[in-house]
Amino acid sequence: MVPFAYIAVATPEAAIRRTAEGRGAEYVAGGTDMVQLLQEGVRAPLELVDINGIAFDDVSIAIDGIRIGAMARLADVADDPAIRERVPVVSSALQESASPQVRNMATVGGNLLQRTRCLYFRDATTPCNRRVPGSGCPALEGQNRINAILGGSPRCIAAYPGDLAVALVAVDAEVLVAGPTGERTITVENLHRLPGDAPHLETVLEPGDLITAIWIPLAAAGRRSHYLKVRDRTTFEWALASAAVSLGMNGDTILEARVAVGGVATKPWRLRHVEEMLVDRRLDHALARAAGERAADGAEPRGRNAFKVTLLRRTVERALLQIGGLA
Amino acid sequence: MNVPLAKAVGQPVSRVDGPRKVTGHARYAGEFDVPGMLHAALVLSTVPKGAVAAIDGEAARQVPGVHVLVTHENAPRLPYRRMAQRPQVDAQSGDQLQVFQGPEIHFNGQPVAVVVAETLEQAVHAASLVTVTYEEEEASTTFDIDRGKPPSSGNEKAGRPAETSMGDADAAFAAAPVKVEAIYTQPREHHNAIEPHVTIARWDGDVLTLYDKTQWVDNDRKEIAHVFGIPEESIRVVSPFVGGAFGSALRTWPHVTVAALAAKVAGRPVRVELTRRELYTSVGFRPHTVQRVALGAERDGTLTAIIQEAWGQTSAYEEYAEVTLDPARNTYACPNVRTRYRLIEMNTNSPCPMRGPGVATGLLAHETAMDELAVALGMDPVELRLRNYAEKDQHKDLPWSSKALRECYRIGAERFGWSGRQPEPRSMREDGQLIGFGMATAAYPAHRSEASAEATLFSDGTALIRSAASDMGPGTYTSITQVAADALGLPVEAVRFELGDTDMPFAPVHGGSITLASVGTAVEAACRVLLEDLSNVVRADPDGPFANLSADDLEWRDGGAVRRGGGELVTFETLLRGLRLDRIVGQGDSAPGDESKTYSSCAFGAVFAEVRVDPDLGTVRVHRIVGAYDIGRVVNPKTAHSQCIGGMVGAIGMALLEQAEWDERFGRVMNGNLAEYLVPVCADVRELDALFVESEDRIFNPLGVKGVAELGICGVAPAIGNAVYHATGRRIRDFPILPEKLL
Amino acid sequence: MLETDEGQVRRSEAAYSQHAASIALTVNGESHQIQVDARTTLLDALRDRLHLTGTKKGCGLGQCGACTVLVDGRRVVSCLTLAVMNQGKSVTTIEGLAEGGLHPVQKAFIERDGFQCGYCTPGQIMSAVGLIREGRTRSDDEIRENMSGNLCRCGAYTNIVQAIKDALAQGLDDPEAVRQAVEAIRQDAERGE
Repeated sequence: MVPFAYIAVATPEAAIRRTAEGRGAEYVAGGTDMVQLLQEGVRAPLELVDINGIAFDDVSIAIDGIRIGAMARLADVADDPAIRERVPVVSSALQESASPQVRNMATVGGNLLQRTRCLYFRDATTPCNRRVPGSGCPALEGQNRINAILGGSPRCIAAYPGDLAVALVAVDAEVLVAGPTGERTITVENLHRLPGDAPHLETVLEPGDLITAIWIPLAAAGRRSHYLKVRDRTTFEWALASAAVSLGMNGDTILEARVAVGGVATKPWRLRHVEEMLVDRRLDHALARAAGERAADGAEPRGRNAFKVTLLRRTVERALLQIGGLA
Repeated sequence: MNVPLAKAVGQPVSRVDGPRKVTGHARYAGEFDVPGMLHAALVLSTVPKGAVAAIDGEAARQVPGVHVLVTHENAPRLPYRRMAQRPQVDAQSGDQLQVFQGPEIHFNGQPVAVVVAETLEQAVHAASLVTVTYEEEEASTTFDIDRGKPPSSGNEKAGRPAETSMGDADAAFAAAPVKVEAIYTQPREHHNAIEPHVTIARWDGDVLTLYDKTQWVDNDRKEIAHVFGIPEESIRVVSPFVGGAFGSALRTWPHVTVAALAAKVAGRPVRVELTRRELYTSVGFRPHTVQRVALGAERDGTLTAIIQEAWGQTSAYEEYAEVTLDPARNTYACPNVRTRYRLIEMNTNSPCPMRGPGVATGLLAHETAMDELAVALGMDPVELRLRNYAEKDQHKDLPWSSKALRECYRIGAERFGWSGRQPEPRSMREDGQLIGFGMATAAYPAHRSEASAEATLFSDGTALIRSAASDMGPGTYTSITQVAADALGLPVEAVRFELGDTDMPFAPVHGGSITLASVGTAVEAACRVLLEDLSNVVRADPDGPFANLSADDLEWRDGGAVRRGGGELVTFETLLRGLRLDRIVGQGDSAPGDESKTYSSCAFGAVFAEVRVDPDLGTVRVHRIVGAYDIGRVVNPKTAHSQCIGGMVGAIGMALLEQAEWDERFGRVMNGNLAEYLVPVCADVRELDALFVESEDRIFNPLGVKGVAELGICGVAPAIGNAVYHATGRRIRDFPILPEKLL
Repeated sequence: MLETDEGQVRRSEAAYSQHAASIALTVNGESHQIQVDARTTLLDALRDRLHLTGTKKGCGLGQCGACTVLVDGRRVVSCLTLAVMNQGKSVTTIEGLAEGGLHPVQKAFIERDGFQCGYCTPGQIMSAVGLIREGRTRSDDEIRENMSGNLCRCGAYTNIVQAIKDALAQGLDDPEAVRQAVEAIRQDAERGE
């Protein structure tokens, strides 16, 4: 771990001031990913700005949506009655994230920004374009079982590992961002970038930007929703494949659909073409099968992650069956 | 002389070290508070083969708090004397890695330098600033069976032969009316005990103290004495608690030398604590092994041919070999058996024994093949095994000193409900999940070794037992206490057992499940000597209560002595005070006799597993496992049960989760952590049960025990794999059984 | 014998870097003011500075749970939080779980043999105490799921689950727990009026 200065701040303004200057200051909140990356020598900030003193940690219900403070801990949001009842996809995604201890520590804001689990990104002795731009991507031809089949580039196929962001995409959520030039909102779907030629640029956030809240519009919160996560181990593992589905239903007819998938793509991945297949159709086994069949369209498997093509199809199919009470 | 009746042995005594462990007061090696201790951080090679061209340590030396940077350029030359006899725990051929003695690189992850600093943070940071450049050479990083070579004579002599043959297995296989043949793969697996390996080294002049995580303090001392060329007597190794090891702490790894060397150079005590990632290259692992098994049988299931071949990985500087093919030779009766063993040298750190070494690997292939044969025969897997029951060890051509495996099959099947199995694959379902039942045989050879112990009885009626043994988790502290309590006729609470210190009487390695059979018998002997001495003294005391009695007239029980046939109990307190003794000491030794020349000894078991498989997603969950075991006399049913179910959990990892993800380009394990190298978690485990058949093996040793720990992991992974076949109709021969293999 | 090159030994006056901080920490009810490097994890501060080695280091990356402690009453992995981030907080470690005797969970772990080597045990026990406070004990499956942040390589999981269930059952027989429960019901009732 490199030496760094440490400062604790109590307001977003103070936090933003420290990091906006672009002098190597980075935020730390729960610390659950940051400390791992510091220990592994993957990140080397000059200063850590501790934002735990900022009290944005409540879940509140407004007339048009649910607001989750960015500093709220995963466990608290997962347990929140409003979240459990109105957006079960979010509650489940959080409940199935990490371990109980980590869920008590990690913030929802930080969770959205957790870095990939790509084995080469986390091992500082090997090249990695995401960690050291231009150094190469050994995952392309290497141990890439956990890597992405969707959204990759010849520079990077690191999978986005999180669950929460995938669930939030399915409920049209936005993040509220405060930055040096004021506040703005970004849809969770657009928060992360594709790796393209610059995999080290993971999100659209600029220096100084601070996620202050997550906003879930009530229209989306009224839909039926479900999260399915598939992994080797029963629990305490990132997804091999996951599907977050939210459906506006009239009887067994789908009026509106969101399908997002995780563990298989370089960012939280929305399957718009699958959503289109579902709208105005009756949810039954045949539809779920047909939708699942299209879930991996455009996939570029590379060696050991090839199984994710089939696994993703079946995961989406199963998630649809489960939400329809058909599985 | 009368031996007290067993009162403690056989009872489910709670761990005597339990209160210390649950309160955080059990002190593990890295936790000794050594004044003035500095912290070390390693610099490891990042190439698999070649030589260090240059090391630039200037930036590291400038880091505040840094004391020394030791590299091959400035390290003291160490003699690395050869030992007259190579310890069993070391690789049986080749040379151990010598730290900082030259620029040669044998594997990615080899220590090339160590930084010693005031704090861990400073040391780690400084180590990251050391720049090493290499002259790379082409490395052997592929597991290529064409490069397989026969084990050398050292391994041949140690029971890992290149070839064995009985009858004519190839002809019998060719002629067999029913046959199966397949290739089985088991990946490189890592012990991953939760406690990392750690050593604190302190020099007081020429005297070295090592607080070390080790399964064998006496050998640790001997190894370091040879490395440094100093007398064994000038080294003390202390290791009272070991936070799991499973074989990884059998031998003395290079980081122990690093600690002693760094402490010498720094002139202060030094702690070397390996990080989780460093554990993947700094200690050993279960070697990647590929096996070919061919079985031939008559239509009634009688085995006529067993051919088993194995290719195991080893390092470029040492030849580590296993008894992988033992199960092929002696698990079942068969007149024609041929085995062939080859090793593949790779630029990697050396493998080493991991729980059930060799045997668990060999059984994985052998017991899967037996299941395939049962399918080919249309026969129940238990019936097939009973049909080929080995009434003797056919490889050694010796009778078993005891064997109650038939009973294991019977009670295991009964408890499990094996009769409810519908033979047809994919025929059992519940809630959309496929249900599979599978079984396998477990066996692990029983050994014992020379051991010594000291028993001290104090005038307050308590006893202290000492032997330089170890307890990495099986419950040695407790079982030995029970043995001693019965031997002295004391309650368990009055006996304390201390272990893990070279100042204590010699104990053999804490591995191979030999501890209880070896140290337990030595402790019994020490207690017997103590009571004999006491008997002689009290009977010679003309004013004492037992003056002029014969030895046979005295009975030792309930914390004292009583005249046989009646009379009052005279407590140890009264006896010793009457003699004006504050203590009496007995030394005892034990050693195997000639029994291993006339008998073969082995612990046995029958393992039954139920799995649930998601037919679409390919995920496998173990629903329950029942194991029925013949481990000889059960000294402590509670800890023995824990050993068995613990082995089952390890085997769930072996069957379904664990594999090192090796990158041939770097010669490196890429998932060197506990997030991507998956071991079972609590939710992976539902019902586990272990039963013990009535058994006692007094031929093998006077205590009648056979050993448990290694056995517990044996046979479980194939039982799970066989259950997956039964659930899905898919035979997965490449372990672990990951979801993608069932999609 | 060894030759030691004194030239290699360079003692630094600065035991700590310029990035040191002094923090106040309450550990097991006792206030401490400790000097730490900003990089020091709470785990290393407990083990190496306060010599509370009951909290174990297994992986340093939040992947094994051996370092679980309670911070302000909630279970966390102490390896993934820097000591400086815990300024003013109250930490409970295994050493402070029970005064004098044993906590019901500790007793149950001994009785049920919920451990073998004992190294993951303090983390398991602290996690179990946190689990019980969270109320995630309504079924065996819920206990298993919510104890899955604590690896036990010896494989004592089934005994750990039994021990937690025993402790829960015993807790109800504990006169102090009963008194507290009755008091809570009384207060709720009063508030309801």
